[in-house]
Amino acid sequence: MPINTILITLVALLIFGYFLGRKRSLAVAGSTAKGYSDLHSLPSYYGYMVAVWAGIPALIILLIWSAFSSSIVTSMTISGLPEQMQAQSKQQLGLVMNEIKNLANSGLIANETDPIKQAAAEHYQKLTHINTMAKTVVVFVIALIGLVLAMRLIKPETRARNIVEGVIRWTMIICASIAILTTVGIVMSVLFESLLFFTSVSPIEFLFGTKWSPQTSIRTDQVGSSGSFGAIPLFVGTMLISAVALCIAVPVGLMSAIYLSEYANKNIRAFAKPTLEILAGIPTVVYGFFAALSVAPFIRNLGESIGLDVASESALAAGLVMGIMIIPFVSSLSDDVISAVPQAMRDGSFGMGATKSETIRQVIIPAALPGIVGGILLAASRAIGETMIVVMAAGLSANLTINPLEAVTTVTVQIVTLLTGDQEFDSPKTLAAFALGLGLFVTTLVLNIVALHIIRKYREQYE
Amino acid sequence: MNEILETLPGTTTQSLQSDEPKPEAKTRDEFDVEIDGTVGQPFVDNPKMSSRNCDVFYAEKQAIFDVNVDIGRNEIIAMIGPSGCGKSTYLRVLNRMNDTIPICRTTGTHTLDGEDIYAKDQDPVLLRARVGMVFQKPNPFPKSIYDNVAYGPRLHGLTSNRSELDDLVEASLTKAGLFKEVKDDLQKPGTGLSGGQQQRLCIARAIAVDPEVILMDEPTSALDPIATAIIEELMDDLKESYTIAIVTHSMQQAARVSQRTAYFHLGRLVEVNDTDKVFTNPEHQLTENYITGRFG
Amino acid sequence: MKDSTKIIKAGLNKRYAREKRFKFFGLCSIILSFAFLLILLSTIVGRGLPAFQQTYMKLDVTLDEETLGVTSNSSSKELFSAKYDKVIRNTLYDMFPNVSDRKEKRALRNIVSNSAAYDLRDKVIANPELLGTTQSYWFLAKDDVDVYMKGNIDRNLPESDRRIKDFQLVWIDRLIAEDRLEKRFNTVLFNAADSREPEQAGMRGAIMGSFLTMLVTLLLSFPVAVAAAAYLEEFAPQNNRWVDLIEVNINNLAAVPSIVFGLLGLAVFINFFGVPRSTPLIGGLVLSLMTLPTIIIASRAAIKAVPPSIKEAAIGMGASPVQTLFQHTLPLAMPGILTGTIIGMAQALGETAPLLMIGMVAFVAEVPGGIFDPATVMPVQIYLWSDSPERAFTERTSAAIMVLLAFLIVMNLIAIILRKKFERRW
Repeated sequence: MPINTILITLVALLIFGYFLGRKRSLAVAGSTAKGYSDLHSLPSYYGYMVAVWAGIPALIILLIWSAFSSSIVTSMTISGLPEQMQAQSKQQLGLVMNEIKNLANSGLIANETDPIKQAAAEHYQKLTHINTMAKTVVVFVIALIGLVLAMRLIKPETRARNIVEGVIRWTMIICASIAILTTVGIVMSVLFESLLFFTSVSPIEFLFGTKWSPQTSIRTDQVGSSGSFGAIPLFVGTMLISAVALCIAVPVGLMSAIYLSEYANKNIRAFAKPTLEILAGIPTVVYGFFAALSVAPFIRNLGESIGLDVASESALAAGLVMGIMIIPFVSSLSDDVISAVPQAMRDGSFGMGATKSETIRQVIIPAALPGIVGGILLAASRAIGETMIVVMAAGLSANLTINPLEAVTTVTVQIVTLLTGDQEFDSPKTLAAFALGLGLFVTTLVLNIVALHIIRKYREQYE
Repeated sequence: MNEILETLPGTTTQSLQSDEPKPEAKTRDEFDVEIDGTVGQPFVDNPKMSSRNCDVFYAEKQAIFDVNVDIGRNEIIAMIGPSGCGKSTYLRVLNRMNDTIPICRTTGTHTLDGEDIYAKDQDPVLLRARVGMVFQKPNPFPKSIYDNVAYGPRLHGLTSNRSELDDLVEASLTKAGLFKEVKDDLQKPGTGLSGGQQQRLCIARAIAVDPEVILMDEPTSALDPIATAIIEELMDDLKESYTIAIVTHSMQQAARVSQRTAYFHLGRLVEVNDTDKVFTNPEHQLTENYITGRFG
Repeated sequence: MKDSTKIIKAGLNKRYAREKRFKFFGLCSIILSFAFLLILLSTIVGRGLPAFQQTYMKLDVTLDEETLGVTSNSSSKELFSAKYDKVIRNTLYDMFPNVSDRKEKRALRNIVSNSAAYDLRDKVIANPELLGTTQSYWFLAKDDVDVYMKGNIDRNLPESDRRIKDFQLVWIDRLIAEDRLEKRFNTVLFNAADSREPEQAGMRGAIMGSFLTMLVTLLLSFPVAVAAAAYLEEFAPQNNRWVDLIEVNINNLAAVPSIVFGLLGLAVFINFFGVPRSTPLIGGLVLSLMTLPTIIIASRAAIKAVPPSIKEAAIGMGASPVQTLFQHTLPLAMPGILTGTIIGMAQALGETAPLLMIGMVAFVAEVPGGIFDPATVMPVQIYLWSDSPERAFTERTSAAIMVLLAFLIVMNLIAIILRKKFERRW
């Protein structure tokens, strides 16, 4: 049975189990003198209990089985291949396996000319078939065992509600813990691949090397086949574009927030705030398109008209558009921290005869500074991790420069470039993407933790 | 803003944070004696400040009704009354602090040394430098003690060099009776001081711009009795050089520090008289009810 | 007047000038942000609007049985593989008999899209009686013709700078004179999947892919997020290390760059668990992990807003905490939770970067039918089209952006209406 059918049948079984359990509970219930039944819980809870017993173990088995079966079947098929084929490199083996799988799935095995592949495809088909059969049988046997056991448990004194609620509680705890699992998953996935990468490229070279050209050649005997993995140009490029973005977003965002919270009247605020939020809601791919199509040529032409040589994929264009994207981010964070400054501060300053701008510059901003700094750090982390704008508008070649008129590349651009298209999973080129991902994750994590800490401390100060 | 709205007479804002009990509707009816103009002696010769026909509105709601009063030179005038009676609102009329609230509108004639402070060419910034204010809750800026006091002089460009500023800061702190306590810690943050010290710092800050009048809005309500005593003593010294108007909840405080007392009730000025007279032989029934503690 | 008053008065003008300047800067910032938004939207709309029209070309095709190589008795399989392209070609040659140069002949064949032959095939299979007759049909014109018809090629430019050469202009002029070229509403854009030929490329595949991906995302993230939020708000013990760890993780995950989730999906889901690449399933898995924090944070706020008095009343009536949650707290918090969910889904709908990592950039020329089929999604389609050099694709990219933005606007409007309608003040 395909997995969909298994799931639907299982659900039907659970509903059946629910009604069975409910009926049974009513059957076993004796009546007390007052006319109430002596069941501990409502009959429906006995139904739920049966469904839970039947469903949860079966679902867990189904999930685990499905998660691991495809790799087991694959490795079993490979071990069934002739020796000399198994001796191939991992990449070639993977290609062969793909071919075999396609063959088996297309149902055109008879048309295949290569007898080895034909045999392997048949073998694969058979294994898949056995796997599905076994999975179906095991899942339903377990479900039925659970159902029978639960039915035997139904007695008036069984605390069905407590059992069901216990299961619900544990489900909720597991759901909440998915956040931790995700973090662990992220760390593991980037860390392991990065460690593999660092076995072929030294961390020193990666962190301090100034030449980035990951293009490894197809044939190993070619010159320069190893590529060079010095990530400094990427780090500098990322910093450069982020810096340009922050130079746009911080003053504009901050001043917008100040104007809206201190000067604008109610109507303007009611209109301007949601309008600013629209900027935040536009997908980044749209910004990327805008940057590549309109802003970059505009800046190049502008540069040419005043005699400057601007690259068509200049850091300035990408940074400018990224800056626009994070304006609402900066302004809403600033707005929060500015409105957290107590009114008493403003009164104190006005009472001294300060003008509004003097109050803002000399009292409110210094008072809100920690919060604003926290907001800027969060914005910086945004800018560093932003992908689509730079993929579409920044360059691919790793120039080590701090001139925003030149083309630079960023960490995220390189991750995308290294991982899209045809890839062999174990080549240093692919692994380098994970090393870059590790760097990106750690940097943004540190920025976020520091920023959130600063903001929390700031909030506590005025609470 | 909220603080202001809460002190509106008859306001229905339920988020009141003030500690004192509110006069209930029943008591109001019971004591709703006719208020027909202000009794006592609201006017003095050669006043420092004066108000005529003062009305204040918050949006549609009237908070102050036809207040007419003079504030004499170098006197301390105390403004008392149940909360929400408009005394704080009136105080904020005198240095146009109400201008910072967009929905607030003030009418009537208000003068400082005979000069109309609501005139078109009158500048609120200049006015507030001449009429300083000390607030209910100590509100030092998140800066050093020195910078707090130097804030006003720097804003207004009162000193031309650092040593002059140093002298001015020291003089102001001394006048506020705080210099001895903080002279070694001038660079420490003002927010690190105790409540009473913070309030004296705010007084020093107000004095530093050399105002003519100091308005105090319940300056001791957030302080303990000892700090309160120190501030009261300070006020006594200050009246030699400044005119002071103080809003207070404590009748004892009004009796101790002021020369004249004004009693506000539901946005109207009921009675102004010498403090002694107000507390021993009030002219108006409402004043008597209030000072004898029958409500408030 | 006192000395200090004089000094203050003297400095006032300068200070007010500064005040004005400051206020002006603030206003400028707002206007600047609005201007950016306006330029962005008007650029997209300006470029995208023409793409909602497409040029069609009327050809009088003679369905000659000899040219097609079939007879009226042919089986449908034979009809399927008949030489329709030859019919189209002959039609064009007949219309312009003067063209003899080989290169020009090729160009002539290329003024109509190669989908014309397929259209013709479908028509003949549907109605074999057409064989032997001459019919007038409107076919899709080639993208270059379309670009010219929309006025995006300036015929005054030197010939070498144009994609449409002089001899082609002659044909087009004649076709226009004979009313054989017409712009119509572009149904291809909504009915077709991706194609290498701009005039045949549509976003139905991407819309379907987005829909399936969002479905997976919603089904996975909504229950998990609500359960997590309910646990953290209602059941989690105070000062418990595990709970603190969960909270820290949720807050941090909300700020992790989206591309990192793509790496997670690639390394864990694809390479470790063997989830098929390029499918809505893997896309939905990755996006649901990404949207979880957003929905959890919104749901927690909504659950927190339910007044404790209602929960206490339920508990006081003898309900268990779990019953209270399901019967009172969650129903009351549901509008807030749904609003947060829609906003999270809108974010996921616009997300591109992580999907590039998990193979959703593949060129998929078919509309996906299920969550295990290779698919792409709207933002990735935009990215792919924006990468194509043809001018006609630029236009289609903008149109696709407009469609995506329309979806986002609708989702956000629903969220706003939901919030307005069910907003409750306790």
